[in-house]
Amino acid sequence: MKHLLGIAGMSRESLEELLVLADSFAEVNARPIPKVPALRGKTVATLFFEDSTRTRLSFETAAKRLSADTLSFSVSSSSVKKGETLRDTALTLEAMRIDAVVVRHASSGAPWQLARWLDCSVLNAGDGWHEHPTQALLDAFTLRQRFGSLDGLRIAIVGDIKHSRVARSNVWAFTALGAEVVLVAPRTLLPPSLEGWPVQMSEDLDAVLGTVDVVYLLRMQLERQNEALVPTLREYTARYGLTVDRADRLAERAVVLHPGPMNRGVEIAPEVADLERCLVLDQVANGVSVRMAVLFKLLAGADGSAADEGSERVGHE
Amino acid sequence: MEAGDVARALRRMAHEIAERNHGLDGVVLVGLVTGGVPLAEQLAVVLSEFEPAAPPVGRLDVSFYRDDLSLRRVLPHAVTDIPGDLTDRVVVLVDDVLFTGRTVRAALDALNDHGRPRAVQLAVLVDRGHRELPIRPDFVGKNLPTRRDEDVKVGLDGVEIVRRFATGDTSASVRTEAGES
Amino acid sequence: MSELAERPAVAGEFVLRGAEVLDRSGRRRADVVVSDGLVVAVGEGLSAATVLDAGGCIITPGLVDLNAGVGQPGYEETETVHSAARAAALGGFTTIVARADTHPVVDSAAMVKEVLAFGAGASCRVLPAATVTVGAKGERLAPLAELASLGVRLFADDGRGIPDARLLRRALEYAAALGVVVVQFAQDPSLAAGGEMHEGVWSSLLGIPGIPSEAEEVVVMRDLALARLTGGHLHFRTLSTAASWAMVSGARRRGLRVSAEAALHHLLLADAACAEFDPATKFRPPLRPEDDRRALQATLAAGEVDCLVSDHTPHSIEDKEVPFGEAAAGASSLEWLVALALTELTLVDVGEGGDRAAVPVGLAELIGALSWKPAALVDPASTGLVERGTVADLTVIDPTATWTLDPLRGASRSRTTPFAGRALRGRVRHTIVRGVPVVIDAVAQR
Repeated sequence: MKHLLGIAGMSRESLEELLVLADSFAEVNARPIPKVPALRGKTVATLFFEDSTRTRLSFETAAKRLSADTLSFSVSSSSVKKGETLRDTALTLEAMRIDAVVVRHASSGAPWQLARWLDCSVLNAGDGWHEHPTQALLDAFTLRQRFGSLDGLRIAIVGDIKHSRVARSNVWAFTALGAEVVLVAPRTLLPPSLEGWPVQMSEDLDAVLGTVDVVYLLRMQLERQNEALVPTLREYTARYGLTVDRADRLAERAVVLHPGPMNRGVEIAPEVADLERCLVLDQVANGVSVRMAVLFKLLAGADGSAADEGSERVGHE
Repeated sequence: MEAGDVARALRRMAHEIAERNHGLDGVVLVGLVTGGVPLAEQLAVVLSEFEPAAPPVGRLDVSFYRDDLSLRRVLPHAVTDIPGDLTDRVVVLVDDVLFTGRTVRAALDALNDHGRPRAVQLAVLVDRGHRELPIRPDFVGKNLPTRRDEDVKVGLDGVEIVRRFATGDTSASVRTEAGES
Repeated sequence: MSELAERPAVAGEFVLRGAEVLDRSGRRRADVVVSDGLVVAVGEGLSAATVLDAGGCIITPGLVDLNAGVGQPGYEETETVHSAARAAALGGFTTIVARADTHPVVDSAAMVKEVLAFGAGASCRVLPAATVTVGAKGERLAPLAELASLGVRLFADDGRGIPDARLLRRALEYAAALGVVVVQFAQDPSLAAGGEMHEGVWSSLLGIPGIPSEAEEVVVMRDLALARLTGGHLHFRTLSTAASWAMVSGARRRGLRVSAEAALHHLLLADAACAEFDPATKFRPPLRPEDDRRALQATLAAGEVDCLVSDHTPHSIEDKEVPFGEAAAGASSLEWLVALALTELTLVDVGEGGDRAAVPVGLAELIGALSWKPAALVDPASTGLVERGTVADLTVIDPTATWTLDPLRGASRSRTTPFAGRALRGRVRHTIVRGVPVVIDAVAQR
């Protein structure tokens, strides 16, 4: 595994391998000194073409706890407009002998293009509406922590699925790990086609509510109102918001997830956001462990070559 | 070594550990993932037969501390589990085979992150030689002279030397499940 | 036509020997003698002072591309009239119509004359198209009559089309009397807003904003009604969906003066090609689903495609080495169009790789859509025949030559193509423009 570009196409085995690895890093993160020397001498660059302080900090913390050096490239739109292409930026980075680049871009597919141009590892930290693989991994990790396994869980992903890279990664991660996914949204906020998606679909949150173990709420953006995708945010909240009343109708063991930042009062009522069953803070904490696992998997060691098979015993004591 | 030989060696090592430390006060057994873990557990069982109480047992995964990461395919098999702070305790590291010494070096680094032990001792079931670092065991089940190109297979049910089919062709070596019994 | 009429280039008499002639009247074994810019003899066993070997080749009336972006003026770093014309000649085109989407756009007599001047001495004939409205802004009509008097035959607000129905109606009415063609880029701006690829299964999976087929079809539907209302000749730029083509074919059968062009990339690629986010697969209109691609091939095979065009759209690296969503649409294509079409679409003379198209396109249908059908739109006097007395615009194609598409070796300044590395079968061997061999043995002579 050289890059982590997306969840689509990843096998259950490779997802589970990363989650098991994340267990080890959760232990490291619980120590008084949460740091191991595993990636000493490696350099990880974060290349964010779109602001996301939370995600960037999470990746940088993960890299630092593995003893990697970190570089932060904040690409302002101005330097891009000066005629520097994505490829130029990437090659500049590579000239600094970077081992991995963590990229966030507003355009779907940008990490795929970087992976074609670069020799180093590329980690997708979110591309357009397309994928956000570490978010899906940390969500799966959080659910596994809570339920032991995702097998047989019924998960409703609610909200603006059309524009959501989180949904596009989570659908694949959740279903590959054995869960059942139902997308809940008005038709205007669903992708134009769901052909090939391993999901059910509903426009009625109230009908779905009692049947699920997990409600995964997506962030509802104000702009959607101006694009006539929903009449008003108030109407959206009335039909799809997780209100106190709706939260009361959830099954006892059901939990609520949200990729953050939450719009309290829009997709989630403030009181619901503070319930024990709302695992938002667990998600954030697990983000570092999962990103450590990914960095470690991509950067530590020669990957699964034939020589390693033998040397496992040779080096072992 | 047959199963009986392994049991006898562990019994002798248990007695040596108790003797050296004048009992088990402050002693913690830490098995190295993966081969050392069952041995540490077995040592604790044996110790409890003649000491008032079994010592605490932990396990330590050193994957993240190795200096030869780039040479190996490393995936932790189990999460590190250390029983409490190790500061001022006597840690007995337990592993199945002592070879180059690099795992033990990594283990010493890893222990640092869990406190500052009063002393660290090393117990291994088999010392097969070929050290690359100045590391020496305190308790040894058996010294087993080997060639570099041989593998040593270890379990509670015995120890055997496995010769690889063709020297220099590591991919043809016998894959064993040593240490996972 | 005075400004466009070129002096018959003086060249010695020569004979193209050993080929078959394929023109509007059919296919036959014949040598062709060219002298003083004209075809002077067609028949078997002819000779002349100079012999251009055409053994095993097919001689067709010169190919005409109605939709070539030439970059000049304004975007010379991506292409010039000369570099585009050289690529075109190497690709077998004897005439290209330069799109008016330059900077500034071609919307005045001065601009038309400038483009004509750029074309002097170019490898093939370069006819300017002009915009329908001043500045292609969609507000006021450009001086269509004045531009027509300079020889402009196609008027198009490329890139944005003419969304305003009333304005398009006026343009069609006005153009009808002039005998010129109004060209519409059929894409409803509001339905297509923000879209970067076809809206469907793939755009949903890839998280890329989509352009639905209906963005094209609603415009075709509306504009066919306007063509009926006005009686003007309406021509659609690269139509991409099966439904669009069905509507155009139906309207043509009902006697409307409508025509439409197909771009080769819509015949060869479907939207799944965008799955790797390669900006070379980004086009406007976008690549459509496989069903539309198959339908378009069948339409071409049935002879219903009026013209096959390059939609040659030169871009600099800076416009293409960027994320898919930010990349400019379009690719370089003039030089490889014929070879790609022969390789991928016809069964004729195509050995082992011959069953690529579900509906094989006959050679006559393919060449017709590249030669006499587009020629008739820009040159009403053209006959589509290779016979004694016709102007010697000729293309000589070797249908069995094999080569590999390497954009770095192309004559265009623009290197972007989704077909880089394709093995090709069929190649333009000689191109004769006004009696002058501008390409001999696949080498440009000027």
